[in-house]
Parts: sequence; structure tokens; C-alpha cells
Amino acid sequence: MSEPRAAVVAGHGAFAEGLVSAVAAVIGPAHGLIGVTNVDATPEGILARLRDAVTASGASVIFTDLPAGSCTMAARRLARTHPGLAVVTGASLPVVLAFAAGTPLEAAVASGRAALVLAEGGA
Amino acid sequence: MTLELFRIDDRLIHGQVVVGWGHPCDLSFFVLVDDAIADAAWEQELYRMGTPEGMEVRFETVAGAAAHLAEYRADPRCGMLLTADVETMARLVEQAPDIRAVTLGGLHHAPGRVQRLRFVFLSPDDEARLRALAARGVTVAAQDVPGSTPVPLDEVLAADGSA
Repeated sequence: MSEPRAAVVAGHGAFAEGLVSAVAAVIGPAHGLIGVTNVDATPEGILARLRDAVTASGASVIFTDLPAGSCTMAARRLARTHPGLAVVTGASLPVVLAFAAGTPLEAAVASGRAALVLAEGGA
Repeated sequence: MTLELFRIDDRLIHGQVVVGWGHPCDLSFFVLVDDAIADAAWEQELYRMGTPEGMEVRFETVAGAAAHLAEYRADPRCGMLLTADVETMARLVEQAPDIRAVTLGGLHHAPGRVQRLRFVFLSPDDEARLRALAARGVTVAAQDVPGSTPVPLDEVLAADGSA
């Protein structure tokens, strides 16, 4: 079995905790993900949390929730000083799950995008 | 419609502002007032990239914002002016005394700050500046999202962080 690839998941409230928990439910606890929340944190505080998580895990990717969110801003600031660190916004379970399961990042992003479907109903 | 929202938020343009306020208030432009960011091209690009298409961002120094405030107020679209701290907003009000209301949108945990509300942590200097704003007739209230009830300044300063 291959080693899990490290990544950080960051977002509002319990978004990251929930997403990491959902990945664990599907592929088990050895998923290589670290969750980070922006709760109570200044922009500098969020940046410090992300830096600590990336340093501790050796992550090459940070998945964030909103493109305009404070975690995305902090992740992009961190990436500026960490060459090779990728930031993926609008993260969902399909994209994070695909990455954690070993899919290359670009293909994981594509699969996450493809999974967003209006399956029933609508105007 | 005009520039009618003056918000102090250490995260400046972020999800709560873009989505939480942007959609229900139909915000079309932000005026980000920060002397350092007004001179930092990369930071400006960061904020622009995070802003949805159709939402404009203007970057101003305190002096520039005061000078252009009448133009922003004449804009037929709805807009929000943002500062990252109380000190910057206080300096702006000093130069633009017709600002009559200021919202504490989000000041988070940092050394020297005491928690007053879930989303408001204030230093003694912050509190003194907010009291000074109120003393000159500016209405100051804390409100993170449109759906929450504004908390008047005197209640904010009396709160112990448990609310």
C-alpha cells in the first residue's frame, strides 16, 4: 500500500474537520490530511496555523473552501514563500478524496469539478 | 444605493463580506482603506483575485479615501468601505467627519486584545478609540453578518466574550 500524500484542508467553522472526517470514513484513518479552521483567528493567525500544518505534515497542497475566504488568502500568502505548494479553492469531498486516494492533483481537481452536477430538479 | 457600510474587519475582503453581505446587500464595490496595501501591488492582486466577477475593489490610503468619499457616495451602486483595524477607521473619520455609522465586523484574537463578543476582541487602545468615535456622534455597533442583531457599542464594551 502506498504512503498517504500529505495535504492541508482549511476553511470556515468545522469545514475542514468535517471534510477530513468524511475522507477517513471512506478510505480509513491513514489519509495524510490535516484540518485547519479560521475560527477566532486574525489573518496572521490563520497564516501561522497553515504554516505549522504544512511544516508538520510536509504537505504539498492546501485545499480551501471559498476562493475569497480568509483561508485562501492566507494559503496564497504562504504559497508565495513556499515554492511548489499548490492551493486549490472550492474544495469538496470528491476532490480531496481523489487526491488522498492517490490521484494526481490536476486529475483530482478535474474529478471534483466533474462531480458537481445538478442531478435532479432545478428551474 | 450608495457607499453606506463602513466596516472594521481584520480579514478585510473575505467570505463573510463577499457572500454574507455581498449577496443580500447587492454589493457592487469595495473600498479597501489601508495605507500599506494601497502601495502593495501583490496584496491588491490577492484581494482582486478573491473577489467575484462584477465586484469592483478600490484601494485607498486614509487620505485618499477621505478625498474620494463624496465620489463613492455618489456611486449609484451599493458599496462597502473596509478597514482592518479601529485605528485606521478612527483616522478616516477624523478626516471625513460626515461618516455617521461604523460596524465592528470582525476583530479576532491577538495579543493584548480581550474578547468581548464571539467575533470581537479589543485592546484598551481600540476601546478608547471606539469611545471617542461614539463621543463625536458616530453610531458604533458590532454585527458580523446581516442576519444577526447589531450590538451597540456600550453593550460590546460591557460584554465578557460569552455572548
